Amino acid sequence: MSASPNDTQDYVGFDTITQQMERKFLKRGFNFNVILVGESGMGKSTLINSIFASHLIDTQGRRAAQEVIRKTTEISPVTQTLEENGVRVKLTIVDTPGYSDQCNNEGCWIPVIKYIKDQHAAYLERELKPLRDRVIVDTRIHACLYFLNPGSRGLRPLDVEVLKRLTEVTNVIPIIAKSDSMTIEERTAFKRRIKEELAFHRIVVFPYPSDEDTEEDRVLNASIRELIPFAVVGSEEVIEVNGKLVRGRRHGWGVINIFDESHSDFVHLRNFMLRTHLSDLVEVTAQRHYEQFRTSQLRQIKELRAQQAAAAATGGAPPMPSQAPPQAPMASGVMHQPMTQA
Amino acid sequence: MKDGSGEDQNVAPSVYSHVSRPGSHRYKNAKKGLPFNVMLVGESGLGRTTFLNTLCERMVVSKAEKTNTEQAHIAEPMQFKHHTVEMEEDGMKIILNIIDTPGFGDGIDNENCFMQIQEYLESQFDEVLAEENRIKRNTKFKDSRVHALVYFITPTGHSLREIDIEMMRRLGSRVNIIPVIGRSDSLTPRELVLFKQRIMNDIAQYEIPVFSFPNGEDEEDEETVEENAELRAMMPFAVVGCEEVVNEDGRPVRVRNYPWGMVQVDNDEHSDFDRLRYVLLNSHIGDLRDRTQNEIYELYRTEKLSGATVADAMDDMGGLQHGAQMASVA
Repeated sequence: MSASPNDTQDYVGFDTITQQMERKFLKRGFNFNVILVGESGMGKSTLINSIFASHLIDTQGRRAAQEVIRKTTEISPVTQTLEENGVRVKLTIVDTPGYSDQCNNEGCWIPVIKYIKDQHAAYLERELKPLRDRVIVDTRIHACLYFLNPGSRGLRPLDVEVLKRLTEVTNVIPIIAKSDSMTIEERTAFKRRIKEELAFHRIVVFPYPSDEDTEEDRVLNASIRELIPFAVVGSEEVIEVNGKLVRGRRHGWGVINIFDESHSDFVHLRNFMLRTHLSDLVEVTAQRHYEQFRTSQLRQIKELRAQQAAAAATGGAPPMPSQAPPQAPMASGVMHQPMTQA
Repeated sequence: MKDGSGEDQNVAPSVYSHVSRPGSHRYKNAKKGLPFNVMLVGESGLGRTTFLNTLCERMVVSKAEKTNTEQAHIAEPMQFKHHTVEMEEDGMKIILNIIDTPGFGDGIDNENCFMQIQEYLESQFDEVLAEENRIKRNTKFKDSRVHALVYFITPTGHSLREIDIEMMRRLGSRVNIIPVIGRSDSLTPRELVLFKQRIMNDIAQYEIPVFSFPNGEDEEDEETVEENAELRAMMPFAVVGCEEVVNEDGRPVRVRNYPWGMVQVDNDEHSDFDRLRYVLLNSHIGDLRDRTQNEIYELYRTEKLSGATVADAMDDMGGLQHGAQMASVA
């Protein structure tokens, strides 16, 4: 415990709460869960491996001719514990191979939305247990990286459909992963276009404005919103550039350094996700998305009980739930459906 | 176009006119111009429009900026857009008819796109069939059969996607398919080599009928056989297209400017565009036309007239040269 500069008798010392919390945090570690949504070949696994500077996941793209083409979106979570300066994070990366890979992609988002909602449902169930854990295991998705197709004029019809649904249940961060095939002008035009379309469709992506924001927060968030969607280049390969070793890509006409801000927004994305907004991502998931889910679920249960009570009072037949769990096919009722554990 | 079109608006000046190459000149004497019909198919964003403009060396299609944001989420049905440009290649006059297909693969459900293209291809055949059977024929009959279909593959770096496989499989018997990798400057040289290999493996595995630069039955010319083998080894062609032209040592070159370097479209080490252009408009224009007439159309005709299935007709024909030849090269 460092000595406070005002070490007088009037110094109370409650400002050391931050250090106390830090120690608790160090002991406990935390969960961070990210889901990757995008066509195969968009650079998802390379990017996430670049962000965390470790080979967390393998690409699930079709490589060999003998590999069959997936007929549906699969959910593929991988959990690893990373440690940095004594802080442990239990990191779960959820890949979604098969998403948008078929000729007919109708409904390809359903397994993704269901998975996200199932995690909320699982958390609610644990929370509602009479004897619950002191620290509830958190498998809820804190961030969804949504990968846009570079070169498209703007959002594609599928993007609009899926982003609308995703932003209702989780924090969405739109990304152009293989942006090394776009010139700077093309990138700028594309970003502007995407922002216009997101606004038009009232699709709200992370970060959200909040009453608690300080002036500093507002400025930072504004600069983040300027960058969206992040035009990044990922790489797990280390190459030599001007005598230095950097993560990059070597083309026939030049070398890309993913950390070079004039080449890609990689550094901005990484800082945003991990250095400035990491705790926000976790908190907002709990306070906004989870709360919304929880409220609607508990309301349903309450209504259901009211119906049952009413039916019993009139001495009627055994009450049948006349109201189905809402918004089929995407809902996961707390009581009714099997849980998917990460 | 920044390169300043020549005075004669009908004939586009060639950026490549400084390059002299040997080639087959069977049609050099066609005074009216040789009609050549090419269809471009690929999802938006793969450089189809840019390819079209770069191929014709002029802004045939300006990149339509859909200014209407409200329309963005509405999947536009696929359309067939026709453009005609008169070109001159090595003294040979070509009437290049390009059929662009904006909207292909852009919707959520794209199953319908294949049927639409198939119907288009077949209706051109039907017209020829009808014309052949007329008692009094039209001397000015315009043959709109598609001689080549350039299919753009997304540079994922993995393998073919379902839409790629389905597309080429279903249409390979109706048109010469030339698969290309669009936006290939997204891949490093090493990635590109691996990607090409994987695609060719898929083509062999799924027996996908693509145009494989077959040698003519009586082909004896060593050089031609070699050339065809070389082209086969380059497949699928990796293209980068762009409309911006800069002056390098007084010569106009098409480039894409990145912060880390400059891609030159007509540099063979950066892209196969130059070679592909030569194939389409020069060295293999005859082969593509001939095969369309003598094999593809004939197959369709037999099928149509006898009511037989494609498989039966192919047995009669002794089989089209397609995937079988690819298997040996994969």
